[in-house]
Amino acid sequence: MAIWVIAEQQDGILKKVSLEILSKGQELAEELGFELETVLLGEDVSELADTLAAYGASKVYVADDEELAVYGSEAYSQVIASLIEENEPEAVFFGHTALGKDLAPRVAQKVETGMVSDITDAEVEDDQLVFTRPIYAGKAFTKSKVLSTPVMATFRPNVQNMSDADDGASANIEEVDVELENIRAKVIDVRKQSGGRVLLTEADIIVSGGRGMKGPENYPVIEELADALGAAVGASRASVDAGWRPHSDQVGQTGKTVSPTLYIACGISGAIQHLAGMSSSKYIVAINKDEEANIFNIADYGIANDLFKVVPAMTEAVKKYKNE
Amino acid sequence: MNILVCLKQTFDTEAKIELKDGKINAQGIKNIINPYDEFAVEEALKLKEANGGEVTTISVGSDQTQEALRQALAMGADKAILVEFPNSDEHATAKALAKAVQGMEFDLILGGHVAIDDNSGQIAIRLAEELDLPQVNVVTKLEINDGKAVCTREIEGGVQIVETPLPTVITCQKGLNEPRYPSLKGIMQAKKKELKRIGLEELGLTVDNKVEILEVFLPPQKEAGKVIEGEAEEAAGELVRLLKEEAKVI
Repeated sequence: MAIWVIAEQQDGILKKVSLEILSKGQELAEELGFELETVLLGEDVSELADTLAAYGASKVYVADDEELAVYGSEAYSQVIASLIEENEPEAVFFGHTALGKDLAPRVAQKVETGMVSDITDAEVEDDQLVFTRPIYAGKAFTKSKVLSTPVMATFRPNVQNMSDADDGASANIEEVDVELENIRAKVIDVRKQSGGRVLLTEADIIVSGGRGMKGPENYPVIEELADALGAAVGASRASVDAGWRPHSDQVGQTGKTVSPTLYIACGISGAIQHLAGMSSSKYIVAINKDEEANIFNIADYGIANDLFKVVPAMTEAVKKYKNE
Repeated sequence: MNILVCLKQTFDTEAKIELKDGKINAQGIKNIINPYDEFAVEEALKLKEANGGEVTTISVGSDQTQEALRQALAMGADKAILVEFPNSDEHATAKALAKAVQGMEFDLILGGHVAIDDNSGQIAIRLAEELDLPQVNVVTKLEINDGKAVCTREIEGGVQIVETPLPTVITCQKGLNEPRYPSLKGIMQAKKKELKRIGLEELGLTVDNKVEILEVFLPPQKEAGKVIEGEAEEAAGELVRLLKEEAKVI
């Protein structure tokens, strides 16, 4: 009996969410008396198995093949589905990432099982896994369980706490034979966005700007704060619709869902559809001239003042702290 | 070029969510076509205008779902199919869609990459698997040439360019296009267009849900936070101090 975590790596680096799921998986596996195992796919990725072991995996299935070097839904789902059919794990977990969102439903339908997407918590009740997830973009939540096996779920990144790595731990490695057939969709190019900032969905801190930014020319004000904090830069729908920022920066119901440790909303009124994308942040700071703005209702700290005065002063204060 | 568009009817994005008898209260809520599915309808119509062919929309839902299908017809779709199967889970919905389109031929199947209500994002991909078709997920640009689709797909920190032969399933993301509003003429014409309703029995499908919802609840009300008074510079300094010393997040 085992819980599986599908480990996600890009360019040979494990995604943080995979380690978060392993950390949570340790708790769940212990409570259920299950093993915690992982599946690792890619090319020349075997050395990542040590890290997976350090976060609690007792066994790592390694599918190492040049055909798996770049993620593709058909290839990856074939490998994982046949491993599931052969080894019959009780549960299979993925990150709710671009890869997980694309891969997990395909695997679930292949092995004819139910799946709960974008979960923010998992617990054991009466020896069964129960998942909590936001619906209506966080305006409500459900608890649900999967009635078929394996139980499948995708975990929202940045929500689960990471356990400490046990660098002495080791895992059994099982090499997987990779046999693929009928691969049709092919990745012919990957284009990375310019700019060295952290990814929105993985960032610990996000500084976000809304309509109150007044124009694209003013974004350096929050970019400077973001750089001082090592943060990512986000945007509200208003500023994306106005053409000030690209859609890939948009946080909210029709953009990205984020849950950083700290979310600093600058000139954002707090429309329901924006709150949906960021309300699970651990700390929320609101800076807005309008003291009646809705964003203050969910902010842990607020300053009802001109962001063009407040934000540069914050940047200075942060720099001062960092230099101490 | 024949295109199938899968769509879902959802609550309006500004809808306030309340519970009644432990369930989401749908009363008095304005319903819309899921915004991402609207991008799919628009893309299908554009491809039809360029290449000819027919656009069929399909939805799994209840009697009320007709409104969303009629709206897609008013935008310019040719035919609609409603599979009456309320409260089906993702696995069952994909089965029902696959069964309902059995024997029909499509060059392209489009849908939104996620629905804004349950945020599950599973159906189109499960359907691709069920029909044994390739898939390209979260697409912001689509070009069709020589029986191939070249798609720009959003990933973390960039995009992938994916090429796939037709037929294929593609899910749409904001940025792909700007959906049109139905014209008055479109709305009039939609009333005469075919909207076929299929029940589960007629479909010959027996499938049980594999996911059970145990509880629906509203998020706890957050307590009001600390508002920092004073001049901008002074307040900013105090905020940074609190973030460092009290919240310990920077």
